[in-house]
Amino acid sequence: MNCYAGSGHPGGSLSAVEIITYLFHRELNFSINNYQDQNRDRFILSKGHSCLTLYAALAQKGFFDKKEFKKLRHINGMLQGHPDRLKTPGVEFNSGSLGQGFSFALGCALGGKLNNKDFRVYVLLGDGELNEGQVWEGFMFGAFHKLYNIVAIIDNNRFQSDDLNTNITALEPITEKLQAFGWQVIEINGHNFEEIANALERAKKIKGKPTVILAHTIKGKGISFMENNPKWHGSLAPQGEERIIALRECEMDGLEL
Amino acid sequence: MRNGWFRIVISMRDTFGNCIVELARIRDDFVILDADVAGGTGTKLFRSTFSDRFIQCGIAEQNMMSVAAGLSTTGLIPIVTCYAVFASMRAIEQARNSIAYPNFNVKVVASHLGLDVGPDGPTHQAIEDISIYRSIPNFKIVAPADPNEMKAVFPVILNSYGPVYLRTGRSPLPTFLNKDIKFEWGKGQILLEGDDVTIIAVGVMVYRALEAAKRLEKEGISCRVVNMSSLKPIDRELIIDCAKKTRVIVTAEDHNIIGGLGGAVAEVLSENYPVPMSRVGVMDCFAESGDAKELAEKYGLDSKGIEKAVKKILKI
Repeated sequence: MNCYAGSGHPGGSLSAVEIITYLFHRELNFSINNYQDQNRDRFILSKGHSCLTLYAALAQKGFFDKKEFKKLRHINGMLQGHPDRLKTPGVEFNSGSLGQGFSFALGCALGGKLNNKDFRVYVLLGDGELNEGQVWEGFMFGAFHKLYNIVAIIDNNRFQSDDLNTNITALEPITEKLQAFGWQVIEINGHNFEEIANALERAKKIKGKPTVILAHTIKGKGISFMENNPKWHGSLAPQGEERIIALRECEMDGLEL
Repeated sequence: MRNGWFRIVISMRDTFGNCIVELARIRDDFVILDADVAGGTGTKLFRSTFSDRFIQCGIAEQNMMSVAAGLSTTGLIPIVTCYAVFASMRAIEQARNSIAYPNFNVKVVASHLGLDVGPDGPTHQAIEDISIYRSIPNFKIVAPADPNEMKAVFPVILNSYGPVYLRTGRSPLPTFLNKDIKFEWGKGQILLEGDDVTIIAVGVMVYRALEAAKRLEKEGISCRVVNMSSLKPIDRELIIDCAKKTRVIVTAEDHNIIGGLGGAVAEVLSENYPVPMSRVGVMDCFAESGDAKELAEKYGLDSKGIEKAVKKILKI
């Protein structure tokens, strides 16, 4: 998809593959049959630049044909550079401006609570996204309103656009900060399905406070030359020799571009 | 139209506060979001009467805007309340990307507009909000001119889908429009007929325009006065009709002269029927602390300022 587009954000999309895959195929009460029903579970990709993985999951669930991948980021396509709920069926929110998807998800969770609905809200944030002040406004809001029905998952791949998080600003210690903000924090390996499953189950048992899953991941996971290399944050796609290696490592050798 | 001037004096924010309490008694589909300024925006009575539908967001307007977008997907109509400087600047990117671009049914209600804010000074005097919201697709903008119009506007905005920016106001205002006034998007109202000049005004300036027109009439200058409460969409037909009829137009707003009502009217005229016009408003400067009335006088926003602009453009 990234190669068709010629640009995009491969690094942060690859670190979130297992989390998004598990949510869409094992967790969410969300399908083409109920995606406009107010009682659906909601998944919000607050780190909207990682939409390559969201689009793959939605296509797999039948929301649109995979041939749309060829028009990603191109004019007249339904797949925008960042998610657009009015253009792409199954997308909940026009994320991309960091921090906003998280607050949007909090609003969904509060609406569920006020209306006594039992749907759950899952929102995926980047660790770099935690630089945004709005995110911390949201953490205060979620704890104050006791939003037991939201799970925020942080794709903690340790890198942001330019460099390691720790070389950009004083983000750590994330766990202690989130606990101090009144959230239950569960740390997992974000590439391990069993750990993802267990954390989501644990989140359901907690009453009266929201849960955040700090998922430790590898940026660019699965493509050897992209792993832990901030160059592959975006916005770009592999070319030449690197493209051949990437496709081989994804087991997509035969793909014609 | 002018019967009953000075009958009731109440601020627009308090009128808004009363409106939502009255409406909440007959419909349960909206909630109020507040950023720790309930006293300032007029939602205190709602908070004590319908506490379960009042959502405290704290001094965190950016989160509040995006939370409202999320709430709107759960069958509720969120009404975001805060001061105009924060609604139109602090959290404008959230209003754009969380509400306008995805086209969610959220209403933003802002108090503390222009120099009418008074003693709090320029940090709290929003003179840019119309200009900013006007340039964002999907947002409609309305600024009622008196308490009766506020009562007419509110059910209309709740009954139509889509993002709305509503301006209330801080100072007490006389009730001078008819009790049974109707509000319709994209429709201005001619409050007074005249031949020599049209004064198109909005918000607190409408009453001042009528005062100016009354005095000008005594000097033999006949003014048409238009209340342009629907700022977007704006009544293009009426603006063109005014240009054809009076051939001279003065706009009046408690807002910077750049990009607000004056700008909107100039856009319509220049593309359709150019006539000489003059804009009464804040002259692209930051004002100062002071009593709202004194500020209006000093910065030329009172009825005398409008009168002066009319005479100047008519070369009298």
